[in-house]
Amino acid sequence: MAENEHIVIESGEAAQPFNYAVGMYGSRFFKELRENKKIMGVKCPTCGKVYVPPRGVCGPCFQEMKEFVEVGPGGVIGTYTILRFAFIDPETGHQKPVPYGYGFIKLDGADTLFQHYIDLVDEKKVRIGARVEPVWANERKGTIKDIQYFRVVE
Amino acid sequence: MDKAAIIGIGMTKIEARRDDWTFADMAFEATRKALEDAGMTIGDIDNVITTSNDFWDGRTISCMAVGDASGASDKNVSCVEGDGTFGALYGLARTLSGSYGTTLVTAHSKGSQSVSSLITNAAFDPIYNRALGLDMIGACALQASAYMHRTGTTARQLAQVSVKNHGNALKNPVAQLGMKLSVDDVLKSEMIADPLHKLDCSPVSDGCCAIIIANEDRAKKYKGKPVWIKGVSMCADAYFFGDRDLSTAASLSKAAKQAFAQAGINDPSSQIDFAELYDAFSYQELMWLEGMGLAGDGAAGKMLEEGAFDIGGKLPVNASGGLLGGHAVIAAGLYRIAEVVRQIRGEAGAYQVKKARTGLAHGVNGLAGQSHCVWILGKDK
Repeated sequence: MAENEHIVIESGEAAQPFNYAVGMYGSRFFKELRENKKIMGVKCPTCGKVYVPPRGVCGPCFQEMKEFVEVGPGGVIGTYTILRFAFIDPETGHQKPVPYGYGFIKLDGADTLFQHYIDLVDEKKVRIGARVEPVWANERKGTIKDIQYFRVVE
Repeated sequence: MDKAAIIGIGMTKIEARRDDWTFADMAFEATRKALEDAGMTIGDIDNVITTSNDFWDGRTISCMAVGDASGASDKNVSCVEGDGTFGALYGLARTLSGSYGTTLVTAHSKGSQSVSSLITNAAFDPIYNRALGLDMIGACALQASAYMHRTGTTARQLAQVSVKNHGNALKNPVAQLGMKLSVDDVLKSEMIADPLHKLDCSPVSDGCCAIIIANEDRAKKYKGKPVWIKGVSMCADAYFFGDRDLSTAASLSKAAKQAFAQAGINDPSSQIDFAELYDAFSYQELMWLEGMGLAGDGAAGKMLEEGAFDIGGKLPVNASGGLLGGHAVIAAGLYRIAEVVRQIRGEAGAYQVKKARTGLAHGVNGLAGQSHCVWILGKDK
């Protein structure tokens, strides 16, 4: 065997399936996204903090949360980056075209930051504190990609 | 806390890629080095903790594959998934429980065997976040933006961390990536994810580290010079990335405060002689120093520029070269502990700091400093 030869062991076309439960909170979140273009958060009855995405427990209060509240859809950039290295997209297994913008967005009425893409049409406008709004997918399927990305608005 | 000490350390040289090593080969080498360092044989080890991550190792129950090589055959062995500092905390707890006089702790990783962005992407929530493709580099870039925006820390100050640590790594035979750089070299290197240039990012490396922890009785029985554990604490922040204030390290502040209190330290900036921190990215060294109270909030960049964190400075930080000098994920925090031990024993050679009576080692687990583990080690019992 040549010194640098590598042995390749493949499992052919076999997949390793895994089915994640989105839970009742996720179910409501994705339904509202798909059917009504609404972004839902959930409010802690003790501290009043509004979480998005919604989930059952407020960590600091260890309190069950049941009150859904609509947030956004607009907000401001809490922090951002511009990805410039070729990243293998876990969705496709192929390299994602660069550059693209990434933001953590403080949606109106929410107390946590919401992760999504940010459009880079005008890179200079992508700044912490910039106001953004979502651009919806034409065909919504009840996934996080029902929002294509957020874009900076004047 | 009852007294316990670190009585042996073993580090493999951190390398970009070692095709001639399996995980077990690395663990075997680090374990034998630690035993030799302590003047012990495997029969002197009462129990073993291995530290690994199944995704990085490409198999489930990854800890089992290194058991024999870590000397765990016929012993009580347990494992921790996370950074080596957390594995060591478990090892310390087992030692202090009274059930075991000595504990061997190993941590290993081979970044060369996988696509790191796919693995770190899988740390995100699979329902809301993972499909958007963010990985550790992107996550830390977001944190760096938030930190710089809040504190006014500059890109030049970040670059200066890279210059210092890559320069220090030249002096450390265990480090992978020693380089003589200028601030402009760093700023001219490829922009990976704003504001992080390529030279602001640590490599993803291969390496294994082992340490041996002993209780007070057993610490005196072997030839090794004990380095005493004065305080240890960990704290975790919220799971969802967007729940956190990314510009601060709240969980680190809490962990450090507790560790200082255990060690009887009330003025850390004057009582800690040197530190080895988890600088996976340049900005993190500054942010963690501020989070621990070793620098004022937003003041670390200026102290760095004044030379405070140089090997000859007031508070040498990452004299070993840190993670920027070589980053075996999972093992990185345990390397920090071993490097602090080396300094306190006065065995750090070309990168020995002048005053090394009390040192701090720090490890991180999770995305962009989600959880932190802080160790205070000392020469004096």
